Amino acid sequence: MSELKQTVKHPQAISEQEDFTVKVGLAEMLKGGAIMDVTNVEQAKIAEDAGAIAVMALERIPSDIRRDGGVARMSDPDMIRQIQAAVSIPVMAKCRIGHFAEAQILQALEVDFIDESEVLTPADEANHVAKHDYKVPFVCGATCLGEALRRIGEGAAMMRTKGEAGSGNIVEAVRHMRTIQNEMKRLTILGKEQLMSAAKDMGAPYDLVCYVAEHGKLPVPNFSAGGIATPADAALVRQLGAEAVFVGSGIFMSEDPAARAAAIVKATTYFDDPEILLQVSSGLKSGMKGLLMHDILPEDRLATRGW
Amino acid sequence: MSNVVGVLALQGAVDKHLEMLRAMDVDCRRVRFAHELDDCVALIIPGGESTTMSLLIQKFDLYDKLREFATKKPVMGVCAGAILMAEQVDDARVTPLNIMPISVMRNIYGRQVSSFSTDLHLQCDAQGLAYRAHFIRAPSIESNSEKVEVLAQYNGQAVIMRMGRHMALTFHPELTDDNRIHACWLKGFHPAFK
Repeated sequence: MSELKQTVKHPQAISEQEDFTVKVGLAEMLKGGAIMDVTNVEQAKIAEDAGAIAVMALERIPSDIRRDGGVARMSDPDMIRQIQAAVSIPVMAKCRIGHFAEAQILQALEVDFIDESEVLTPADEANHVAKHDYKVPFVCGATCLGEALRRIGEGAAMMRTKGEAGSGNIVEAVRHMRTIQNEMKRLTILGKEQLMSAAKDMGAPYDLVCYVAEHGKLPVPNFSAGGIATPADAALVRQLGAEAVFVGSGIFMSEDPAARAAAIVKATTYFDDPEILLQVSSGLKSGMKGLLMHDILPEDRLATRGW
Repeated sequence: MSNVVGVLALQGAVDKHLEMLRAMDVDCRRVRFAHELDDCVALIIPGGESTTMSLLIQKFDLYDKLREFATKKPVMGVCAGAILMAEQVDDARVTPLNIMPISVMRNIYGRQVSSFSTDLHLQCDAQGLAYRAHFIRAPSIESNSEKVEVLAQYNGQAVIMRMGRHMALTFHPELTDDNRIHACWLKGFHPAFK
C-alpha cells in the first residue's frame, strides 16, 4: 500500500469549477468544528487532543501581534512543517492580504488551507490574491456581504467573519455575522430587476448576488472568527448562523487551554443545547482578559483591512 | 413505521447529506445524542476529520451505542465515516467502530493539494454511466473478508465496499448532484427504493 503514495498520478480536474468543488468540499468537512490558532507543536497537540478539526499555524497569536506591533508576516515554514508533522488534522497558515508570493510558498509547503488574513500586515492596499489560480483552498474574512462576495469572486472557498482578532471581545464578530445575514435576507426579497443595482451598491459580482438572492446563503461555508473566548461565545455565533468557529487568542491566552479548548469544541457541536452549554461553561479557569472596542484605536483595528 | 435516516452530526459534511436525502424524498435527521438513534432506520457517518470524530464519539458517549446500532441497522460511512467503520486504521489516534472487516490508511493520496476528481464505474449501476467522484484527503480501504464486495475501483484500488446493508466509500457523493450512491445504499433497506 505504501507504494501507492508515490505511484498514483492524479487526473487533472476538467474545469476550474470542479477544482472549486473540491476546495469547497474540504470546507464542508470542517463544518461544525473549531479551528484553533497554535504557535508550536505542543499547542497543536493540545488542540488536536481537545477535538479541534484543524489548526492555524502562526508565529504569534493575534493578541501578541497587537501588543508587540511591527510588521506581521507569514510564519516561518519550518515552524509550520513541524506542526504538519505533529498532527493529522488539516493545518492552515496565513499569508498577508495581496501577498501572492507568500501564498505560493504556503502552497508549495502543502498547507491544507491558506488564510489571506487581516491579522497580518497587508502587502497590497488595493488587491487581494487571485485565489482561483491555486490548488490549495483559501479562507478570507469579511465584515459585510459585499466584501464576502468579492472574496468568493476571487476564489475563496470559505468565508469567516473578521470580528476583531486578538480582542477577546465577541461584539464585532456578532456585528459582522448579523450584517451578512441581514444583507442576505434582504437580497432574497428583492425583485430580479433590483439585483444588478444591489450588486453595484455592494461592489459584488452580479452572478454571486443572484446566487444569494435565490438560495439565501453564501455559495461557500461561512464560519465565524475574531473574539471568540468562551464556550458561550462559540454557541452564540453558531446560533447566529456560523457553520464553524475559529478560535485565536481565546484558548492559549486563558489559564487552562486544554480544558477551554475541549469546552469550546463541545459547545460548537451542541451549540443549541443550554444544558450542555451550562455543563461545559462550569469550572473553567479564567479566560483571556480582552479589550473593549473603544480601547482599540481606529487605526489599530484589524477588521478594517481588506478591500 | 417511520423510515428516518440519521446523519451523525458531531461535525463534518452533514448538511450536504441531509440536502441530498431530502431531494430524494427521504425523511432524515441529525444525530448528536445516543437516544436520537432510536428514531432511525439507518445511519450515515459523513465525511469530516476522522481523528476529531473518533475523539468526539468517545467523549460524547456514542461509541457503544453506534456499534450496537450497526449490528441491527444499515450504516454508510463516507471518507472519515469509512475510516470509523473499519476494523483497522493505520493511526492510533482513531479508535474505529469495527462495523466492517476492512482496513484503512488515512490520507493515502496526501494533503489537500492532492485532492482530485475522477470518473468511476459503479457495479451497482445497471446503465454503466460514468460517475464523477470527488476525493478529498481520502483514505484507502482494503477488505479483510470474502463477505465484502467491491462496488467501484480507482487505479486498481477499491473505493466503495459493501457488506450486507453496510457501505463504506472513500469519496464524497454528497458533494455532487448525482444520487446514485445514496440510491444504491437505500435500495438495501428503504421501502421506497426496493
